[in-house]
Amino acid sequence: MNKLIKWGLPLAGLGVLAAGWWLGLAWAPPDREMGDVQRIMYVHVPLQWMAMVAMLLNFVAAVSYLLRGNASWKLDSTAESAAEVGLLLGTLGMVTGAIWGRPTWGVYWSWDPRLTSEAIMLVTYTGYLVLRRFVEDPDKRATWSAVVAILGAINLPIVWFSVRWWRSLHQVQSSPKTVDPQMVLPLRVSAIGLLLITIFFLITRYRLALAERQAEVALPDALPEASGSVVSNAHKVA
Amino acid sequence: MNRPAPIGLLRATLALLRKDLLIEWRTRARLNAIVFFALATLLMFSFALGPDTRLLEKNAGGYFWLAILFASVLALGESFRVESENACMDGVRLAPADARAIYLSKALGNALLLVALGTLLLPVMVALYGVKVVTGFVDLGCVLLLGSLALSAPGTVYAAISSNARARDVLLPLLLFPLVIPALLSAAKATTLVLQGDPMNQLNSWLGLLLGFNLIYWGVGFLLFPRIIED
Repeated sequence: MNKLIKWGLPLAGLGVLAAGWWLGLAWAPPDREMGDVQRIMYVHVPLQWMAMVAMLLNFVAAVSYLLRGNASWKLDSTAESAAEVGLLLGTLGMVTGAIWGRPTWGVYWSWDPRLTSEAIMLVTYTGYLVLRRFVEDPDKRATWSAVVAILGAINLPIVWFSVRWWRSLHQVQSSPKTVDPQMVLPLRVSAIGLLLITIFFLITRYRLALAERQAEVALPDALPEASGSVVSNAHKVA
Repeated sequence: MNRPAPIGLLRATLALLRKDLLIEWRTRARLNAIVFFALATLLMFSFALGPDTRLLEKNAGGYFWLAILFASVLALGESFRVESENACMDGVRLAPADARAIYLSKALGNALLLVALGTLLLPVMVALYGVKVVTGFVDLGCVLLLGSLALSAPGTVYAAISSNARARDVLLPLLLFPLVIPALLSAAKATTLVLQGDPMNQLNSWLGLLLGFNLIYWGVGFLLFPRIIED
């Protein structure tokens, strides 16, 4: 099982992703208006989807952490890993989006609601991860960062709404493009490949975070003869 | 056995608010600091943009709220720093009162301070930027009140967190600025409408957005704050 996660998951993910990108680059037709530039969609859109999935996981973990009476390091580690992976994927998604935007819109950046909300999302989760680095006490770090994650996540729909309002007083938002069925297959295959890689990242980062938490909690009262049981005890007491 | 009845939420809030305001009134350190800081900020905007009065007047609403936002970071941080001296926060928490009263009193105190700041900045804006209050002082008062409440609701939560963390002076703006963007946007927009006239009748929708932002963050802060200060 462990070997399967460590080697099988990333290899399968890379394989499926390679197949999806090959389909997208060679098999799918170029877009009628945008030409080959559109093919970045097979990289960009799965990145954004997976970033959303990771951020949603972070939100769910943060809410469940606060709802549970006693501290759960598993939920805290899940939240940390999801925020980090989500920030990475979201940043890559934004960069690929800007690369696409330049030849298509003529600018790298526009103040449209989706772009603005995403930028604010990235700043919010950067702040979240910075906060985690600046608090030593694991209990406080977990609680505070859960609060920050919830407040930040609630903010994103408000930002989307207010920016749309702010913009709509100036100009009309560009409508979403309809997608050719022959473009849907490569997109789906790429998304599945990236999903596998995302799960691999999440599991690996989660295990690291959990090991860090347990080391932090165990250190003060670690006894040489029974350090293993102290870890689990401290986990329950805390 | 004659156990004293626990103090109600409202009375506890008012008692704590009174305590905070009294501390503030006796020193006036916080208000003085943020007023001069905000004045300097307004002055700096005029230097950064050159002496073009028309440009300054056009953007006055935005500068006004940026000055308040920057000053609010100082005020919010200070509001919990006074409690860290002599472990005052522990003393307040030991009182047989609802922990949420601490949130309400701190957030209300911070909002009051920002309203006072905005009131003092207005004549300076009239002098420096040549603005006129077109749609009336009632509208402006509403914008100022709702905007100050909107900054202080999430700001108080984040100030409580960052006052106990390392590098708190960096942390608070880093956490707060992305969060208050909708509030800043609607407050600046509404102030601009008040100062330049509102022919399309948009003011009420921006005030509505501010009100919604307030309801959400006062509610969430009220619910989550006890978890932040527990030990």
